[in-house]
Amino acid sequence: MSVLKSGTLSQERIVFLFAIVLFAAYAVLLDGFLAPNNLMAILRSVSVLGILAVGMGIVVVGRGIDLSMVAVMAMATAWQLAMINAGTSPFLATVIVFAGVVAVGIINGLLIAYAEVPAVFATLATASFVFGLVRSRFIVQDAVPVPPSASFILEFGQARLAHMPIEVVMFAIAAFLSFLVLRFTKFGRYVYYMGDNYQAARTMGIPVRPMIIGQYVVSALVAWLAGLITAAGLQSINTRVVNSTLLYDVILVVVIGGIGLSGGKGGMRNVVIGALLIGIMLNGMTILDLPNIYQNLIKATILLVALVIDSRLNPRDEQVGQQGDI
Amino acid sequence: MRLPESLSRLIYNAIPSHLVGEILTKRWVDNLVPFLLLSAVIAIFGTAINGFFAPASLLDTTRQLGEFLIVVIGLTIVMLGGGIDLSVGSIYALSVFMSVLGIYLWELPVSLALVLAIATGGLCGAFNGILIGYLRLRAFLTTLVTLIMGRSLYDILIIVWGKQLQMSPVLNDQFDYIGTGSLGGLPVSILIAGVFALLAHVLLSRSRLGWHISAVGGSRRSAYNAGIPVRRTVFLTYVISGLSAGIAGFLFAARLSGAGPGTGAGLELAALTAAVVGGNSLGGGRGSIAKGLMGAIAVLTMTNGLIRLGYGTGSNQLVLGFMLAFAVVLDIRWAKNRHKVLAEVYVAPVHHRMSGEESALPNGGGAYALNDRLSEASPIALGEVEGPEDVILDEDGNLYAGTRHGEIVRWFAPDYKRSEVFAHIGGFPLGLAMDRDGSIKTCVGAMGLYSIARDGEVTRLSTETNRSWLSVVDDARLRDPNDCDIGPDGRVWFTDSTTRYDAHDWVLDSIESRPTGRLLVYDPKTGRTKTVHDGLRYANGVCLAHDGRSILIAESWACSVHRYWIEGPKAGTMECLIADMPGYPDNINRASDGGYWMAWLGVRTPTFDLSLRHPGFRKRMTRRLPGDDWLFPNINSGGVIKFDETGRIVGTLGDLTGNNHPMVTSMREHKGELFIGGILNNRIGRYKIPGADPDWTSWKSYWSSTTETVAEGGPSQAARRRESAETTLPEGRA
Repeated sequence: MSVLKSGTLSQERIVFLFAIVLFAAYAVLLDGFLAPNNLMAILRSVSVLGILAVGMGIVVVGRGIDLSMVAVMAMATAWQLAMINAGTSPFLATVIVFAGVVAVGIINGLLIAYAEVPAVFATLATASFVFGLVRSRFIVQDAVPVPPSASFILEFGQARLAHMPIEVVMFAIAAFLSFLVLRFTKFGRYVYYMGDNYQAARTMGIPVRPMIIGQYVVSALVAWLAGLITAAGLQSINTRVVNSTLLYDVILVVVIGGIGLSGGKGGMRNVVIGALLIGIMLNGMTILDLPNIYQNLIKATILLVALVIDSRLNPRDEQVGQQGDI
Repeated sequence: MRLPESLSRLIYNAIPSHLVGEILTKRWVDNLVPFLLLSAVIAIFGTAINGFFAPASLLDTTRQLGEFLIVVIGLTIVMLGGGIDLSVGSIYALSVFMSVLGIYLWELPVSLALVLAIATGGLCGAFNGILIGYLRLRAFLTTLVTLIMGRSLYDILIIVWGKQLQMSPVLNDQFDYIGTGSLGGLPVSILIAGVFALLAHVLLSRSRLGWHISAVGGSRRSAYNAGIPVRRTVFLTYVISGLSAGIAGFLFAARLSGAGPGTGAGLELAALTAAVVGGNSLGGGRGSIAKGLMGAIAVLTMTNGLIRLGYGTGSNQLVLGFMLAFAVVLDIRWAKNRHKVLAEVYVAPVHHRMSGEESALPNGGGAYALNDRLSEASPIALGEVEGPEDVILDEDGNLYAGTRHGEIVRWFAPDYKRSEVFAHIGGFPLGLAMDRDGSIKTCVGAMGLYSIARDGEVTRLSTETNRSWLSVVDDARLRDPNDCDIGPDGRVWFTDSTTRYDAHDWVLDSIESRPTGRLLVYDPKTGRTKTVHDGLRYANGVCLAHDGRSILIAESWACSVHRYWIEGPKAGTMECLIADMPGYPDNINRASDGGYWMAWLGVRTPTFDLSLRHPGFRKRMTRRLPGDDWLFPNINSGGVIKFDETGRIVGTLGDLTGNNHPMVTSMREHKGELFIGGILNNRIGRYKIPGADPDWTSWKSYWSSTTETVAEGGPSQAARRRESAETTLPEGRA
């Protein structure tokens, strides 16, 4: 504990070292792990996860959590594609979905900031609501293919920038932009203050409530972006992903990377490192041909261990913790 | 009285508007919203679905309800303890699997399969409990992760064993009976759930563990400081939740005789919604089995109803998500604003009109005209005592007074410089009376009637009286016991000033001016207390008349003194002795000359008198203005009034400087001196009464069997002394 706290061996460094060790171990033990294609596959596999983690990271730094991200990611994209499929012009569909996604973010923010509902409940409820609404009203099947009229999405998915797949580029851009915002803008600094001590930030005069809404709008938009990239890569979007463990992978990335769930700590670097570690780990398990359900069990166990370590490293502050903060 | 005033009296005095506030103080109003919601859900789906109320349909629904209810009860208990358990879905699924495995593959008897299912649930719950209770992880995320773990494990198990289970030739009639049989027209599962709910209710409301759970959920830190093993209690709530999910899983397995890939999926969201919709508070402290039951029925009716109405995939999530968000918002806003609403609507003033003929103005010339004599009183314990509401002296001349700190302090005669804490009670002692054996009976604000023996030992005599039939607030509880006196037969007569406000909110009672004060009597022979008279506007001082046949009672906000007959032809009746005084009376005590001393805690003002005639004005005042701006009765200048047995005012004592005794709440005559206390004062006054009997003491006046002879003997002794002085003087001169 004391070693961990002294800063010489922060959680971030441990994770980074662990990632390197894992990488080295896989490189030695697994055939084909070091192949350029596989390395690119690792990057591609974590980029959607990483983009989601960027949005989640911003929210968690402000001491929130957004459990509706995966629902928004899948359902917004599915709704958009379904509208285009049904003949709506791609532009109009995009505008409508944009409004819908922003609305979900605002509802989350209103529930959390103004109605003072704990973030976990508010976003759990909106996740269920969004899934239910889109699934029962706007789409007819679990999977929605990208229609020919929206071929620009497919072209976008095929695009390369400096030989990098577009999703990797987007992950890099999202992480870098968020880094700039969190580090150099007033909004970003306020997010840290708010996450560190909500009451004090509020007393200082920081507009914490509008900022919470802003955070959740950002995370909803980021989720939508992740959905579009997924659709571009897979040429369709499967809404069953909502019931998968993707959401917990996102939390895993954020927590493992070292953004404490009690807020006010960490940054985009943690997200990148966390995403890399998870990517390496999952890739290795896939090469080892572990079935998905075993992978889930292992990931969940790792997340649990990460939560235990997180609670040891960032114990909840009883002074600023709210009643009902569960 | 002019018409508008008559009208407002009719409206404000006849309509029981105070009941709104009183109902809001009840814990059961929390159940009102869930109950209405439940009724609405049943009404809507009952009319929308054909044959919803048909026996077969109800039987099927209740069968599912049994399983669901048990899960919700477990979750309710966890939530009451301040946690949450999302892993119920996967614990349920694992228990279903273990039951099926036990019955169909290992061919166990039903009882052992049940034990297996319960053990599975309990182990999973204990795993959660260790993580959250002992390692203090965040409940929500932790159980979310254990939900995934359990679900993954279940998926693995079902793939490995699924085929074998399907092929199993085992038939177990008992198992099938539990799943599909009925007993007395009710499915077995709902009967089991009913018994389980009853046990859980008893556990929560009647057992030590249940109280610990509520305490931990209500305030974790306070519970810890009170010595409750917080971590173990939290741990146990998760174990209980796991056990519940285990039992429910067993019932499910019995009903469907198998386990599939989707078993228990989404159960956590439905159960959580049910618990919250029922009105169980997130974050703990408020919740009950009844709430869980209401929520479970509402959610199950809704989800089943949507399926039967043919709404497609996703509608359930849509409705559950909406209900969850709505219920959580409602719960949080309610918990946060309930006390604000209560503070807004609780004060319900009534019309009250008193005559303003008499005046206490110093030079007004009336019988009540206050003078400045109390400003001469010499102070005792100046700056050392806080709030001596009542004072009393024993036969040795030692002085006792209750203080704000919940103690009775004794000052030693003759100079009262030395003091000690005579007894620590813990509440503010308001009225004092000295019994025959020298023990002190005291009314302790917000607590009750207590006795303090001569050695300082405190005994509780009474904390409740009989509950009246039609009261909403619990009027059995003594809210503001104020003054007491002891009858010749040892019965203690005491007042409970109001049933509407706690002791520290006594000024609100003056603004409301509603007659809820009571005269009570405690009988030491039976140990019981009963209400003998109610309907007084702040019943305050009581004093046994000199002949011991009646009790005098001060009614503060009505500025009156009444006589209640305890024996004789008028026994049990009350008559007004002095009405519409210009001051608010507090304690009354005996005087040596056969009259009575009465303390005035303040004097009336024309403005407040006028406001008493305008209840609407006072209502608006309490709703719209902050408390600091309210108009209160004047308690800055009081005094001491002396009256005789017929109620005639024979003298007054006041402090016009306001330095010594601006507000007087009690006074006690002892050997020619008057000792004066005030609930807001920092001293006890000592005033030499001109011409008073220098040997008279209150205790003798009550308990000396030779009261009459002493009273007569006093002057004769004095006369003898005077005679002897007269006889000696000439000698001296000579």
